[in-house]
Amino acid sequence: MSAKNPEYDFKWCPGCGDFGVRRALESAIQQRHADTGIAIENNVVVAGIGCSGNMVHLLEGDQPFGIHGVHGRTLPIAMGVKMTNPDLNVVVVAGDGDFLSIGLEHIGPQAGRNLNVCAVVMDNGVYGLTKGQSSPTSEIGMITSSTPYGKVEEKTHPLSLYLTLGVSYIASAMSSKVKDLATTIVDAMEHPGFSIVHVQSPCTTYNDTYELLKGSVKKGIEPQAWAIPDDHNSSDIRAASDLLSRGGIPLGLLYKDTTRPDFQSRIDSMTNMSGSKSTQDILDMLAI
Amino acid sequence: MDKDDLIVRFAGEGGQGVVTSAEGLAQAATQTGYNAQTFATFPSQILGGPTWTQTRISVNPVLSSGDELDILVCFNEQAYLNHSNSLSPEGVIVYNSAEFELTDNDSAIGIDFDELAKSTGNTRAANMVVIGALAELVSMKQDILDEFVTKKFTRGRSNDQEIIESNIKAMGLGRNEVKQRGISIGQLNPSKKPDYEQVLMNGNLAISLGAMHAGVDFFAGYPISPATPILLFMEKNLPAKGKFVFQVSSEIESITALVGAGFAGAKAMTSTAGPGLSLMSEGLGLAWMAEIPLVVVNVQRGGPATGLPTKTEQSDLMSTMFPAHGDIRLPVIAPGSVEECFHGAVTAVNWAERYQGPVILMSEMALSERNQNMRKPDLSKIPVEKRLVNMDTNGYQRYGQSGVSPMPIPGGPGSYVANGSEHDGIGDTTHLAERHVQMTHRRWNKIKVLEDGDFEAEFTDSAIALVPWGGTKGPAREAFDSLIKSGADIGWLYTMFLNPLPPDMLALLKQKELVIVPELNYQGQFSMVLRSLGVNAISITQYTGLPFKVKDLVERVTEQIESYKQGNK
Repeated sequence: MSAKNPEYDFKWCPGCGDFGVRRALESAIQQRHADTGIAIENNVVVAGIGCSGNMVHLLEGDQPFGIHGVHGRTLPIAMGVKMTNPDLNVVVVAGDGDFLSIGLEHIGPQAGRNLNVCAVVMDNGVYGLTKGQSSPTSEIGMITSSTPYGKVEEKTHPLSLYLTLGVSYIASAMSSKVKDLATTIVDAMEHPGFSIVHVQSPCTTYNDTYELLKGSVKKGIEPQAWAIPDDHNSSDIRAASDLLSRGGIPLGLLYKDTTRPDFQSRIDSMTNMSGSKSTQDILDMLAI
Repeated sequence: MDKDDLIVRFAGEGGQGVVTSAEGLAQAATQTGYNAQTFATFPSQILGGPTWTQTRISVNPVLSSGDELDILVCFNEQAYLNHSNSLSPEGVIVYNSAEFELTDNDSAIGIDFDELAKSTGNTRAANMVVIGALAELVSMKQDILDEFVTKKFTRGRSNDQEIIESNIKAMGLGRNEVKQRGISIGQLNPSKKPDYEQVLMNGNLAISLGAMHAGVDFFAGYPISPATPILLFMEKNLPAKGKFVFQVSSEIESITALVGAGFAGAKAMTSTAGPGLSLMSEGLGLAWMAEIPLVVVNVQRGGPATGLPTKTEQSDLMSTMFPAHGDIRLPVIAPGSVEECFHGAVTAVNWAERYQGPVILMSEMALSERNQNMRKPDLSKIPVEKRLVNMDTNGYQRYGQSGVSPMPIPGGPGSYVANGSEHDGIGDTTHLAERHVQMTHRRWNKIKVLEDGDFEAEFTDSAIALVPWGGTKGPAREAFDSLIKSGADIGWLYTMFLNPLPPDMLALLKQKELVIVPELNYQGQFSMVLRSLGVNAISITQYTGLPFKVKDLVERVTEQIESYKQGNK
């Protein structure tokens, strides 16, 4: 919304990582506008259901178009938008519950098609909006409202998963590093194919992981997050895989493959093969 | 004995030529000026399995596939064992003598279809042997069949003449076999060729062509019987610049992709059957709530769950009209013939554009695979509608008015959030009671722009009306004509626009003392809907996986009329 809307009463909790992601996304959309001159109305933000999905209502400044759909279906909705009008810049915003639990089935097919949209995934390792249940990225053994005796499942490793499914652009980021994140989102939006920016965006109410991510010298906590070295060859899938095997949470551009055609190019080459008959042609052929 | 009409069933194993023979007869008949209709049922497997197709040809319009068989064509012994009890007392059996022998039956003619075809030098002409034999049985002249074969096989190839001659020869060989036995079932009266052009096609093709004419430019689908042919047609014929067609990974992906496409300005469509429709529930609710135009074709089959994938049933009315949670009742168009499939598809797309929301076009197995002759549509006379598009500036209240309002399209002015949560004018989420009331009224008000559907009404003075829906229209109409002929006091009301019903038709329905709804489901779903609208409706139901037989309908409607009269005494 461009101005304060008294009817809209949703709020993120103080300190929520999603504030940083919002500032980064606003800045990335503005940056793209400044770089290309393409109108803000040419952007479509497709939001999932959860705290992070409310991003689409909370963006400040000139307003892009938005869809706030149903739980887990951001990617196919985004496909519908993008394949109707390839000139639009389509950005998905979703959380780990929406994207990796109920919505997991949609990542593989879009990776295979190389759908040219950018997904910004806000990972807080918990279901926040429904008040603190376990999510695919919650740690095993974690006590949550739905796992009172500890989480039973192993946690999902999203970056490995994306790499395995064939996503052609994978970056990992921290919500608190807004400037880096904005630069990454601009780069991901420009990538001609399916890009995912996976953001650690802690939930200060149910799963505050700031300290674990950044570490604490005082408490003797080693930081989980670490920067991907400058000499990493992001076009080398094996190098990307090796990085992930080091554990923790690497930050930066993990993998980028610009050699594969995007979905629209694939459709265009198929279109060139079809004979393209009109309704009248077919009726004439059927005439008795 | 003169006959106006001929009913032939072809039965055997999948792959034996059952379908090509039945469709060949329908083509030949239509081309020679008869009316034709086929009815098919398939086993749910890739190869083989017992299958049968029925073809009815007539000098009059064909309303149903017919009850009793004049001729049963058996491609194997199992077909004879399964179907001979459907033969009329005067009926004749034509059977494949290479498969089995029927020695003690005077009205059975054994022919080695394949061997005779082989002797013409064209092994693919076995169906012409069969058609020749059938033609001889009803004394159909050969010259019109020669004309049919010549037209069918004139394809601009060097061997056209050779193929035409072998097919005509095959027909002659089939005829000879019947002549030798001296069997006839009477003379089929000459056809009256209409003075307009016709096409012969099935319901799935008619829907595909209607959708194409209406300007569908985004199609996402997932294979499912009996709707798959619509997806296949679109995959082959729709691709063009600016159009998108794709087989996606599930029905959930189909419907949500359609939401994105409809939002971005496309005329979006998918085709599915019951199980797929169930998966689309939530997405349909989103399209209703966010006001996104899209069309879902639901080709009904037997349910629930996997049910009877290749049989016919009209049991999805409730799940089609009320597919999702929350206060929702979707516009539904249910064609009753192949011709209505075409026009229904055009209207479904027009409706979606006009009221900016989801529309369901509900077909059924019996229509989808039914070939029927119809007048060739004059496309220049069938209007195509487009949604109202917002040209206003930013800050536009997309959901701000009480009825249909211009829709902003991404890339153009008027950015808003298409929201599946309750929202205010610009699409931001709200929980205000007054806003939910206002938006609920807005969504229901929009339906009023769809109250322009036409309907059929005859003998409206009667206190009783026969009101079929969907594919039951044909058999019901045949039963109705027969009831009127025998002096019954009953009226006829019919529309393919099940929701919203044309208001004038609803008014007539409410005046009736008794409305009788024949339908293929257990609960009597359409009469449930009609009763909720204040109509005194009861159902005549059947749930065998097959369409109604006309004689059963005549009997059961008569019973209802009688018991109504008893009650009034």
